[in-house]
Amino acid sequence: MDFLTLMDYLIRGLSLGSIYAIIALGYTMVYGIAKMLNFAHGDVIMVGAYICFFTMNRVGAMFDPETQALAAAVAPALAGVLLSMVVCTVLGVVIEGLAYKPLRQAPSLAVLITAIGVSYFLQNAAQLLWTSSPKYFSPIVGSGQVQAGPLTISHVILVTIVACVVIMLALTFFTNKTKMGKAMRAVSEDKGAAQLMGINVNRTISMTFAIGSALAAIAGVLLCSAYPTLTPTTGSMPGIKAFTAAVFGGIGSIPGALLGGLLLGIIEIFASAYISTQLSTAVVFGVLIVILLVKPAGLLGKTVREKV
Amino acid sequence: MTSLKTMKKSTRTSFLTYAMVVVAFVIVQSLRVFKDGGVGAVLEGQLIPICAYITVALALNLVVGVSGELSLGHAGFMSIGAFMGCAMASALQDSVTLAPLRLAISMIFGAVLAGLFGFLIGIPVLRLNGDYLAIVTLAFGEIIKSIITNVYLGVDKDGLQFSFLTDRNQLAEGGIALIKGPMGVNNSARISTFVAGFILVMITLIVVFNLVNSRAGRAIMAARDNRIAAESVGISVTKYKMMAFVTSAALAGAAGTLYGCSQVTFTATKFDFNTSILILVFVVLGGLGNMWGTVIAAAALTILPEALREFADYRMLVYAIVLILVMLATNNPTIQSGLSRLIQRLKAGKGGEEQ
Amino acid sequence: MSRLPKEPVKLVPVPSTNKIPERDIGQSPILECRHLGIDFGGLAAVKDFNMAIGRTEIAGLIGPNGAGKTTVFNLLTKVYQPTRGSILIDGQETSRMNTVQVNRAGIARTFQNIRLFDKLSVEDNVKIGLHNQIRYPMWDGILRLPSYWKKEKLAHESAMELLSIFGMEDLAGHQAGSLPYGAQRRLEIVRALATNPSLLLLDEPAAGMNPSETADLMENIVKIRDTFHIAILLIEHDMNLVMGICEGICVLNFGQIIAKGTPDEIKNNPVVIEAYLGKGNKGNKGNKKGGK
Repeated sequence: MDFLTLMDYLIRGLSLGSIYAIIALGYTMVYGIAKMLNFAHGDVIMVGAYICFFTMNRVGAMFDPETQALAAAVAPALAGVLLSMVVCTVLGVVIEGLAYKPLRQAPSLAVLITAIGVSYFLQNAAQLLWTSSPKYFSPIVGSGQVQAGPLTISHVILVTIVACVVIMLALTFFTNKTKMGKAMRAVSEDKGAAQLMGINVNRTISMTFAIGSALAAIAGVLLCSAYPTLTPTTGSMPGIKAFTAAVFGGIGSIPGALLGGLLLGIIEIFASAYISTQLSTAVVFGVLIVILLVKPAGLLGKTVREKV
Repeated sequence: MTSLKTMKKSTRTSFLTYAMVVVAFVIVQSLRVFKDGGVGAVLEGQLIPICAYITVALALNLVVGVSGELSLGHAGFMSIGAFMGCAMASALQDSVTLAPLRLAISMIFGAVLAGLFGFLIGIPVLRLNGDYLAIVTLAFGEIIKSIITNVYLGVDKDGLQFSFLTDRNQLAEGGIALIKGPMGVNNSARISTFVAGFILVMITLIVVFNLVNSRAGRAIMAARDNRIAAESVGISVTKYKMMAFVTSAALAGAAGTLYGCSQVTFTATKFDFNTSILILVFVVLGGLGNMWGTVIAAAALTILPEALREFADYRMLVYAIVLILVMLATNNPTIQSGLSRLIQRLKAGKGGEEQ
Repeated sequence: MSRLPKEPVKLVPVPSTNKIPERDIGQSPILECRHLGIDFGGLAAVKDFNMAIGRTEIAGLIGPNGAGKTTVFNLLTKVYQPTRGSILIDGQETSRMNTVQVNRAGIARTFQNIRLFDKLSVEDNVKIGLHNQIRYPMWDGILRLPSYWKKEKLAHESAMELLSIFGMEDLAGHQAGSLPYGAQRRLEIVRALATNPSLLLLDEPAAGMNPSETADLMENIVKIRDTFHIAILLIEHDMNLVMGICEGICVLNFGQIIAKGTPDEIKNNPVVIEAYLGKGNKGNKGNKKGGK
């Protein structure tokens, strides 16, 4: 294999991995704080992508590409991303409030089954609303490319990687420096103690869902820019893979989500290139199983002892 | 009925469940034999799938309800049973001419292979707990699906031929392609019968009830209720979780063979994540650990969508809502106490009317 | 204003073994801990723990909250693997054993925060304790072979007999989680006894019990020892119970043994009094825990 092809795969892997990382962040934050696997997270991605798709179509039609070239290029994408973030944030908070909050004290099995129910609900509601026939998503940054030496990199890939880096930095700042971020960390350590310190646990958990869902919207837009076919089940497989990434990196850890996402993206691209496209998913899941066996808490995770 | 009342509660439950299944079987079977048009074309076509789904739902309830671990990959075991069992049935076409015997051998073969897979998967999976275990079973379900989709298996006079990813089998004349990758399986004969399905359901019920009410079953439930306490009284938790998991996988495999051999053709995508969820819905609606509820839920939810085809679009949506509502109703303390108060009031109201 | 640095706790030299009761002296101890220790994140939760328990001894493990008493139980039952030292059950090294194997080797325990199988019946809880005593293969159960009926009958009878120690036969059909607190504690003891141990570890058996229940419990602990001829090691804060029935007592503070001896020796040991009441309170000794 020559170096150029290798680099090309690597960049594509990084790009896919960035998307996984952004989705994994949502999983990992929610898992860290609410101690639940939000199975519906992947479907929030799908909703975000649909909202962006329709907004872009609507807004795009308002401008004439001949006379208002800049506005026609920027406005639909901007409006689409913003609106989908808003809708997903609201959706995330509503889901949490209606389905998960009543189960705060319930066994994790019950919460997980509920989350699966929510995931199914979103998929089937989307199917009724928007039909199951695929929509073809046009990349939010157009289909341009840049030439970096001998390599050709598309705008979508660039934007994806940049978005991932920005989000990661912003989140690290948020959790470490802001009051809300500190509250989140406190709640994830010990809900009871945090409550005694005057932290509003319910609001903190809602906030986590809001942030996770807003990130899911961004991930949805980026995902569909890279893989343009949009159906009601678009989000479920990337969602599960991103959860794999979160577990891979160590669930509850933000740098872990980044590391896990990037590694998983690279593994998937290389597996489909050198092993078989049909088996790439199987390879990704195989990696998950091996990781959980060797390091049950993931690469950067901490093992927690049960108190006896 | 006095003797029923004096029985131990667990014995009574199992007895009533057996009775319910036998009565249902007798009614359906006599309709099929004595009435013109039988039970109707729609139901007739669903009889064997109903038995298969009841079996696999009971098997899953053994894992989720009794052993307390969530498996999201049970369709995978069904898939192994369906493909391997049907391959066996086709391969034995000439050597075993008696169809019920051929079906029995195929089912046992499918069950053993699925059980073996359950064991291999259980080694890594059962070391994990909670959500991790669920996600890994999901992963295994997907892995099984992608592997079977790429398997080509054929038999001719020189023996078995196997290839992976692309079909490189060169079958001699008269050879049969047993599994054809993404094209799945074409059955030469549909040997599954309703009677066989009924027998499988009964065997499954007997296995599940007798297992639960025995030393091994108590150990499985002890491991579910309190892992550390179970270990402290000398119960090897992994061993008993494995026992439940493998038994469940084997039963799901047998159900897969039953299902597979009732179809003209099927592919690996039939047994995907959605099927695993569907089975889980049967179990949750029937009640975790509640076997008669599972039987009713599996039967009703397999017939209903066929009977209400015009609402097919809303079916999964309704399933999702029901799943969420059942979970909320059974696990939220506020809703629970509200419900029990409502029931009490209804009872009191009834009593008042009688007086 | 900063406080003066606290003086380190003076450790009295303690022999590596207890004074084992006279009737056990001729025999090797049932349990021996040698230099046992465990670190949690670099901090020694228990260190250099040396102790021996006679075959029919009732021993007590006491100490202030957070002294590491339950951690010792968790080490003995291998819920935690020790970082250092060794545990010998009946002379047998246990370094390679896990919780299950330790139970089979003869240690059974109860838990500070009760761990019953809440959804199962009282009788089933005891039968689960009998798991390794009355055995038959899984298939005999599924096929309901004669051995199933025979062994199940035996299990039922044994469970009832064990429950009769605390007069709990009438509760056999009740759900374990629905029992009152004291009954749950007693059921845990019965379940532990069902595993046929040679050493029974009781973690705060009298917690949450009223004085008359505690008095009954004391009687029953002695009765259990006398009937089953086993050793009992208990953690307890109720000093009446500890001083009343324990023959040997070991006092733990900050993960270290600060004193060992008979109840009378412990009662009058200045180091123990200091550990419980702090310095300068010597005049009040016996007012709080510590004395009778």
